[in-house]
Amino acid sequence: MAVKVLERRPLSFWERTYLPQILGGLKVTWQNILRPSVTLQYPEERPVIPSGYRGVPTLVRDPNGREKCVSCQLCEFVCPPKAIRITPGEIPAGADTAHVEKAPREFDINMLRCIYCGLCQEVCPEEAIWLQGQYSMVGRTREEMVNNKARLYELGGTLPDSHLKWDHKRDEAGRQAGGHH
Amino acid sequence: MVTDNKPNLVTVNIDGVEHQLPAGANLVDALASVGKEVPHYCYHPKLSVAGNCRMCLVELGSPLRDRATGEVVMENGKPKVGWQPKPAIACASTVTPGLHIRLDSPAVKSCREGVTELLLINHPLDCPICDQAGECKLQEYSAQYGRGYSRYIDEKNAKPKRTRLGPRVTLDDERCILCSRCVRFCNEVAGDPVLGFVNRGSYNTLTCYPGRELANNYSLNTVDICPVGALTSTDFRFRMRVWFLKQTPSVDTESSAGVNTTVWSREGKVHRVTPRRNDAVNETWMADSGRELFKSGESADRLRAARIRGAEADLGAALALAAEILRAGPLAIVGSGHQSLEEQRLLARLAKAAGARTYVPARRGAGDGLLVSEDRTPNFRGALLAGLTDREADRDLAALRAEIETGRVRSLLVCREEVASLGLDAATLAKVRLVTLGTHLDAASAAAEVALPGLTVFERSGHFVNCQFRLQSFLQAIPGPAGARPDAEILGRLLGAVEGRAVAFDAGAVWQELAASQPALAGLAAGRVPAEGVLLDGSAWRHLPFPERKLLKFAAQA
Ligand code: SF4
Ligand code: SF4
Ligand code: SF4
Ligand code: FES
Repeated sequence: MAVKVLERRPLSFWERTYLPQILGGLKVTWQNILRPSVTLQYPEERPVIPSGYRGVPTLVRDPNGREKCVSCQLCEFVCPPKAIRITPGEIPAGADTAHVEKAPREFDINMLRCIYCGLCQEVCPEEAIWLQGQYSMVGRTREEMVNNKARLYELGGTLPDSHLKWDHKRDEAGRQAGGHH
Repeated sequence: MVTDNKPNLVTVNIDGVEHQLPAGANLVDALASVGKEVPHYCYHPKLSVAGNCRMCLVELGSPLRDRATGEVVMENGKPKVGWQPKPAIACASTVTPGLHIRLDSPAVKSCREGVTELLLINHPLDCPICDQAGECKLQEYSAQYGRGYSRYIDEKNAKPKRTRLGPRVTLDDERCILCSRCVRFCNEVAGDPVLGFVNRGSYNTLTCYPGRELANNYSLNTVDICPVGALTSTDFRFRMRVWFLKQTPSVDTESSAGVNTTVWSREGKVHRVTPRRNDAVNETWMADSGRELFKSGESADRLRAARIRGAEADLGAALALAAEILRAGPLAIVGSGHQSLEEQRLLARLAKAAGARTYVPARRGAGDGLLVSEDRTPNFRGALLAGLTDREADRDLAALRAEIETGRVRSLLVCREEVASLGLDAATLAKVRLVTLGTHLDAASAAAEVALPGLTVFERSGHFVNCQFRLQSFLQAIPGPAGARPDAEILGRLLGAVEGRAVAFDAGAVWQELAASQPALAGLAAGRVPAEGVLLDGSAWRHLPFPERKLLKFAAQA
């Protein structure tokens, strides 16, 4: 490849004194000194988290308090760094939500592995796992950095649900048991 | 079904391309053999044809013949095809010469879309909690052949869920697509006709005959063949998603039937065992009892490390002491039909080197005429081939006890046998220096001077020879307990210590020696046994009174 040599433009007298650059820098400094401060005194002060922020993945309950996860293990399957580990379990007959049949017995998310990609939330057919506003995870041991089921529900809380599909299913089964055939 | 070896191949035309297929073969199977999938639910190659699901509809045509002359009508130099006016079900059609099949036409596609739409009208969309997800025909075909959206706005039918059909099978009626495979299996294969349909139309429901339950020893096959998640295994239910499980080909150790199995494991834990198709042995079936055997590998009395006089010890030290005991002699050896052919060969060589008499105990049970035989060891024939024994299996060990009592035997090696039940009680065992090799702690291994840990069939690889003299291989699915070594290695090292030289115990070397020493195995080598096994010549042992009478694919010679 041919090499083209470009001559550097010689500096003018003023440029060689460096004064215009120094003055330009001072101008920026003075402008900012007079502006209101934007630095947060973290951790005493916390930023406002916009909605849709993808923080720590959590498990949520529906407004009736039902745990939404049915341990289908799709999030465990899709999770790229294999951060999720689920032990499925059966909801015993006679329980309030027995008609849902399946719920996780154990549910661990290893936050040392999680890359906050949000694929678990994307894949979940039950809208049970959400990356919410929580963004800071600390722990002194590896075990502390693994969120277990209780912690995940504590972090997740309750989210609104417009379908309540399982309640709907139970009600319909009840109606049909009255016999429309 | 074409049963002779040379099927009569005829030309059929599939979507404009000519193929050679065996005349008379079932169309679904024949098309599958050339890689053409015909979606089907109710058809099963080992059951009668029911033709009720209509998923396999295809367009069929055949060359037209002139009514007067009987000649084939030609058109542009090719036979003119007369297409049947309506689609036909492939599962109830057979291959005929000149048959024309359309698998891809708009009519066939709309048939499949229509069938799928009707099936989904009342099918619950609970794939997230359904155990069949991932191996569900309805899920697969709906994605592949369905229309992708629903036009149905009414409520779905509610039917009984979580119904206990029997001790091992749970039924979800909402998911049943009424294909009747399970009903036909119970009627035709298990000979226990307890399932049937009640009510009509959308209320058609699978149920058990009142007062009966699906309790026969083959009930879990209905779970295997159910194309949807209606029938589930109560044991495997909600355990693990099938897409996480690794499949390993194995052989059932329950009896000498040698049922081919697939072991489903994840991260060193077996989750279920299902039958693997082998038309010469078990077709596609397996007994329920054989599916639970994997659980004993995790039991509390599992021997996980070597023991010297009851205290856990280093395997190397245990092997050294064991070798010393074997060399001290005079030695007797109890081998087992639970050992692989390779292990039996190494043990036979060990017996020869040490001048020991060998015993292979008989383990008998009632045969069921299907897939559980009278000989409850998977590999007694292997002991014959390996030269570990040349006589009928020993009903008890009275002869060995006499030898011990008279002091003619002073050390004893017991492999994979629970000898206390065979007449060797604690008092007798106390009179010999005892070495055991086995998977579990029992009276003998607890009393043994050296107890060596063995691996289960899921933790090691090898070969079994079933009652047909069919050589079949099983592969390691999961790792054994930490520190434990394959039985073949332990036996190889003991043999080396007795012979005073290093003995190669890898499968290749053992097989080389086996093939050279046993004419029935000549030309065979490790890793070269095909999936359906190799039928060996067992005529040398025809005179022995084998206990097996009749199985699905075996009949004792009169
Ligand atoms: S956010 Fe991504 S990495 Fe984290 S648990 Fe979910 S799927 Fe795994
Ligand atoms: S995908 Fe959703 S429902 Fe399924 S296991 Fe994960 S959180 Fe639970
Ligand atoms: S339970 Fe399964 S195998 Fe039996 S009829 Fe229903 S869908 Fe078919
Ligand atoms: S497979 Fe042919 S009708 Fe069901």
